[in-house]
Amino acid sequence: MERPVIKSVNFNAFFGTNHVVKNVNIEIPKHNAIAVMGPSGCGKTTYLRCINRLHELTDGATSNGEMLLNGEEVYGMHPIFARLKIGMVFQRPNPFPNLSIYDNVIAGYKLNGLKLSKAEKDNIVEQSLTKAALWNEVKDSIHKKGTFLSGGQQQRLCIARAIAMEPEVLLLDEPTSALDPISTSSIEELFHDLKKNYTLIVVTHNMQQAARVSDKTAFFYMGELVEYDDTKTMFTNPKDTRTQNYITGRFS
Amino acid sequence: MRNVNIKYRVAKSKSIQIIIVLLAFIVILPLLAIILYIFKEGATKINWTFLTKIPKPVGEAGGGIVNALLGSAIIVFVASIIAIPIGIFTGIYLSENKTSKLAYWSRLSVDILQGVPSIVIGIVVYFWLVKPFGTFSSLSGSAALAIMMLPILIRSTEETLKMIPFSLKEAGLALGLPYHKVILKVIVPCGVSGILSGVILSIARIAGETAPLLFTAFGNPYLSYNILKPMHSLPLLIFNYATSPYDDWHNLAWGAALILLTTVLLLNIITKLTTKRWNVQL
Amino acid sequence: MACMFLTLVIHSMPSIRSLGISFFWGKTWDPITNVYGGFPFLIGTLLTSFLALIISVPFSFSIAVYLGEYQPTGWLSNLLKNIVEIIAAVPSVIYGFWGLIVLVPLVQALEIKFGVLPYGIGIFTASLILALMIIPYGASLGREMMRMVPAHLKEAAYSLGATRFEVIKNVVIPYTKSGLFAGVLLSLGRALGETMAVTMVIGNANLMPTSIFGPGNTMASVIANEFTEADHTLYLSALIELGLFLFLVTVVINMVGKRIIKKFTNE
Repeated sequence: MERPVIKSVNFNAFFGTNHVVKNVNIEIPKHNAIAVMGPSGCGKTTYLRCINRLHELTDGATSNGEMLLNGEEVYGMHPIFARLKIGMVFQRPNPFPNLSIYDNVIAGYKLNGLKLSKAEKDNIVEQSLTKAALWNEVKDSIHKKGTFLSGGQQQRLCIARAIAMEPEVLLLDEPTSALDPISTSSIEELFHDLKKNYTLIVVTHNMQQAARVSDKTAFFYMGELVEYDDTKTMFTNPKDTRTQNYITGRFS
Repeated sequence: MRNVNIKYRVAKSKSIQIIIVLLAFIVILPLLAIILYIFKEGATKINWTFLTKIPKPVGEAGGGIVNALLGSAIIVFVASIIAIPIGIFTGIYLSENKTSKLAYWSRLSVDILQGVPSIVIGIVVYFWLVKPFGTFSSLSGSAALAIMMLPILIRSTEETLKMIPFSLKEAGLALGLPYHKVILKVIVPCGVSGILSGVILSIARIAGETAPLLFTAFGNPYLSYNILKPMHSLPLLIFNYATSPYDDWHNLAWGAALILLTTVLLLNIITKLTTKRWNVQL
Repeated sequence: MACMFLTLVIHSMPSIRSLGISFFWGKTWDPITNVYGGFPFLIGTLLTSFLALIISVPFSFSIAVYLGEYQPTGWLSNLLKNIVEIIAAVPSVIYGFWGLIVLVPLVQALEIKFGVLPYGIGIFTASLILALMIIPYGASLGREMMRMVPAHLKEAAYSLGATRFEVIKNVVIPYTKSGLFAGVLLSLGRALGETMAVTMVIGNANLMPTSIFGPGNTMASVIANEFTEADHTLYLSALIELGLFLFLVTVVINMVGKRIIKKFTNE
């Protein structure tokens, strides 16, 4: 098999002494969409935030174990490097309110002090917004602030902003839980296209969504990675009773 | 990989952090200097004579500040008597009536009052209570201070009461109590510590005020208990003696400053302790 | 309650009808010849307040950033918070007294170094003390504003690879811009009305200030000094007019500041 883009070996995460992610071993293949599921508080979001090293920004938060991005240890490089290669989209759409749509998309470049010519900037903005299926809707008001956009559009703007940096992996933390059903499906459609260029790891509460969009699913329970398999198999023939219980709705 | 200057940016971020922390903590120095200096100068001046005698005429050593001590106490006490009932009742009224016209104007006045310079309040009270009666009086001083206490009292009472859960009020009403009794006997006792901390804070605020007293209480070199006549107070004494050229008077001022500072700081600490239980936004 | 507000205005008014607008441009203030020009005090007030503001802003801003962003919790942060509140609690006379005895000689030494007349007292000294006194207002307001920045907005910036400072500069500050401005306004309002400490160190000279190292007077301090000595009505009226002006200016600035804050916290 080709080298996995993300690989965790015996990975643990803590909030102080609270052991929230326990001994996770997982290999995530390239150009796949992986759904990460589990009941509230099972550690899935924490695990996600460990991948791009957002976890350690919290006071008292620590982790150990191996986290490899294309074979390179994520915790061995500078966190900023890691975050440049791993993009993130958050639960609540959060475009920067004081910037226009245009500036939001290239915000990553501006923050990192990367100088681009106007032509390069225009190109990146158009491409990212196109890949996020937002270009046609906003191309005429691209220099306006993004606050007039609907929730779904704002979230697509955040996706555009993240992929503008050309990351290898895109992390999405319950990206549609704050959106209405129509916006949700428009974002889900996006995933099929995004997979071609990036690898997606999506934390979701919504089992139907996981079934719809992902190739493989990881099921977390109480901090442990209980089961990890092709989505189809996981949903029709789960191997662990805990997975079975979750899928059939015994607990949420 | 593009050159993102990580080393440089991180170093810049760190050094700016250091600068900001330094600037933030530097303010401790002057404060410490002031407090220590006052303690140093004032501690030696306080003795029994100091606390119980009135100041001697210029040129004679000795003397004390009892007239100012007593005066401050009386003026603050009277001011509190005036301000506390009005302030608390207004606070209660405002917390119950969010939308009436009167509530709107009251809130506006409180906001405005908070920003009025203390000396302007002194001028106004002069015209209300000094000119018409032809004499300075500690009562007028108390009135001026009371006006200054009101915004704090009203604000803290209103905020405390607003934080009490609505369900408590409903419980009282459900028991058949008339509305005003619910407020007075159920809600207010619940918010007592918040209101109390507001009271102490307002006292701490005005105990050290000088400007409003300049043309109201005016000051008095003799011991006096008469609230209808001029009276002295600690801040006035400090102001007068500090700006005078006499060393004796300077000494008295240092002692007075120490007493005043300690009192105000103590009151603030007490406020903190009572607020801790309530998290009131003052 | 509301009556208070109205009466304040009404009572101040009758006393000032006499003098007219030119009051504010007149430069001489001489009770003996009954000529009253308020301009020197206007300048004195503006100079001291703005100078104090400029001096205090770096400090109150740093405190706000430290308490609101870098270290909102912990014993060190609590210590700083309490210290700032103590600074606000110290009575103004005490600042004035200390300023007179300790700061003035220091400023004198400084002035000698600069080759300026070593008054010691004066506009510069008053501004220094004033700066210290208004730091708490800007700082606590700034801190409140910064705590309101939503965490996920900051996280979005971090996830794009920003450093701490970059997050502050590009996310926190733009978000809190208007709130910070309101903080500056309210500090200014406080500075304009401050009387005692300024009176004690400003030198009480009723003339146009020639340099910031020289003596002067502010509207508040001249009222404090001369009110009880004003023996004829015109003199008194002039002082009252200054008081009215002070009242109006501070009220307006405070209301604008409060309005901005309300808008900000309601968003």
